[in-house]
Amino acid sequence: MAEKVLMKGNEAIAEAAIKAGCRHYFGYPITPQTEIAAYMAKRMPKIGGTFLQAESEIAAINMVYGVSAAGKRVMTSSSSPGVALKSEGLSYLAGSDLPAFVVNVQRGGPGLGGIQPSQSDYFQATKAGGHGDFRMIVLAPASVQEMADLTIKGFELADEYRMTAMILADGTMGQMMEPVEIRDDAEIKTFDKPWAVTGTQKKREHNIVNSLYLKPEQLEKENFTRFERYKKIEENEVMYEEFMMDDAEICIVAFGIAARVSQNAVVEARKQGIKAGMIRPITLWPFPKKRLLEASKNVKAFISVELSMGQMVEDIELATKCTRPVMLCNRVGGMIPSPEEVLQKIKETQGGIN
Amino acid sequence: MIVFDKPKSLTDAPLHYCPGCTHGIIHRLVAEAIDELGIEGRTIGVAPVGCAVMAYDYFACDMVEAAHGRAPAVATGIKRANPENIVFTYQGDGDLASIGTAETVHSATRNENITVIFVNNAIYGMTGGQMAPTSLPGQVTQTSPYGRDTSLCGFPVKICEMLSQLDGPEFLARVAVNNVKNIKNAKATIKKAFENQVNGKGFSLVEVISSCPTNWGMTPKDALKWIDDNMIPYYPLGVYKDRSGEAK
Repeated sequence: MAEKVLMKGNEAIAEAAIKAGCRHYFGYPITPQTEIAAYMAKRMPKIGGTFLQAESEIAAINMVYGVSAAGKRVMTSSSSPGVALKSEGLSYLAGSDLPAFVVNVQRGGPGLGGIQPSQSDYFQATKAGGHGDFRMIVLAPASVQEMADLTIKGFELADEYRMTAMILADGTMGQMMEPVEIRDDAEIKTFDKPWAVTGTQKKREHNIVNSLYLKPEQLEKENFTRFERYKKIEENEVMYEEFMMDDAEICIVAFGIAARVSQNAVVEARKQGIKAGMIRPITLWPFPKKRLLEASKNVKAFISVELSMGQMVEDIELATKCTRPVMLCNRVGGMIPSPEEVLQKIKETQGGIN
Repeated sequence: MIVFDKPKSLTDAPLHYCPGCTHGIIHRLVAEAIDELGIEGRTIGVAPVGCAVMAYDYFACDMVEAAHGRAPAVATGIKRANPENIVFTYQGDGDLASIGTAETVHSATRNENITVIFVNNAIYGMTGGQMAPTSLPGQVTQTSPYGRDTSLCGFPVKICEMLSQLDGPEFLARVAVNNVKNIKNAKATIKKAFENQVNGKGFSLVEVISSCPTNWGMTPKDALKWIDDNMIPYYPLGVYKDRSGEAK
């Protein structure tokens, strides 16, 4: 096992990506994730990899498309406005069934917004990554250790299901420092890629990486087949963590930095005799729908704590089929709720249900 | 004895191009160059969005279809992933000189070791004949029905002249395929652009002045003459940059 080192979240992603076998990084500078590019710029030349600062986010994601088509592990990282520019490429990656690993260290929006932490790209990541019918696996780390672990997991899932896996972090996760231990190389799963364009060597028919299907019957079939794969992911790859849920009457649902803050609020609520608990989705897509539906049988209300105007709240309502009230505790624009604010919301909710 | 045969680097798929279109000639020249250099087994082509979008069905090597204008970025990724592969893009004027201008300029200035075949027929063919970045002043198209008015939509983009101002690119040349002499020269130039890559020299772009009888509203024969009378005077043929050649 590796030793524990103190790292920034952004650096942990970069180092974990290298451990996962990624030797190609393409990016364009944008706060608050530029440490990933800086780390890759230092490391890649020393390990025979590629670091390339692209002319734009659009070029960067298309370079990712090229490396992925050639069968190699590859990544790009950006922050909210930059990820919006990548949406064209994300759609093409999906349409061509290419694996890719993409990081969004979110900042406030819309527009140029701000540079402070945010979770307001939840819709973009989980529902509307680009044009057309497609999904991305969306991973939401809540510690620097998870930034590293979910990066490795992300590369594995991307290859296994031939699609994009995205880390949806926020400025806090990217910038904060914590001790982290990065898994050894031996544990990393790799996958054969017989579809890759590596040259026929005149030994096989040519491979074609393509998202164009002019015959509607064929395009429909491609979409149905892809969604069969998505169904398997929904069945097999849901990840979440629970905290004090055994007898909880009020269930907080939160991810990333919001979950870190909320956990303190749950502890304080318990001290004050309120039966609060938390479910922390680690995969935002696939969303832990089954667990939330099950929880809705025992809890009296949910509170979605998010750094957005209430995006995940809709998924909680859908998952629980609107059988319980879902409250929203939010700050936006780069503001983060304090544990006291979350505790206050828990108390208000407690008052409402009693 | 076979004296004339289809290049090995082309598949048997029938081309979808309009009668009199010169894409077929250019496909053949690219395939001949690949055959003659013996690189078919390690070549990867990147198709554009535009008339040549289905080039992935026509070239027998591994192929990738790129988003509109992004072929040089996709080719950059493929080449960086496996530098032993020979990577070429095949792009039209809308793809390369309009929506993909940034990717074109920056892959050139990085001297990315790829080969770019740039087919300039001064019009958007696939979408039915709209004004291209390379449409000539006064040229009538669907979206310039009164002729390209340079006071409103500016002047044509001269890619070879523009890129030749950069320090990066290895080789830039403009050729035409409207007569036998020009086709023979186009073949030699395209082959050189591939050879440059094989020899690790860097970014080599060949602009091929091509015709579009359908959307120009001409017979194929008149279209070839229109190249001589109108295209070539505006887009002079020749080598615009040959760094290794100049060093000799």
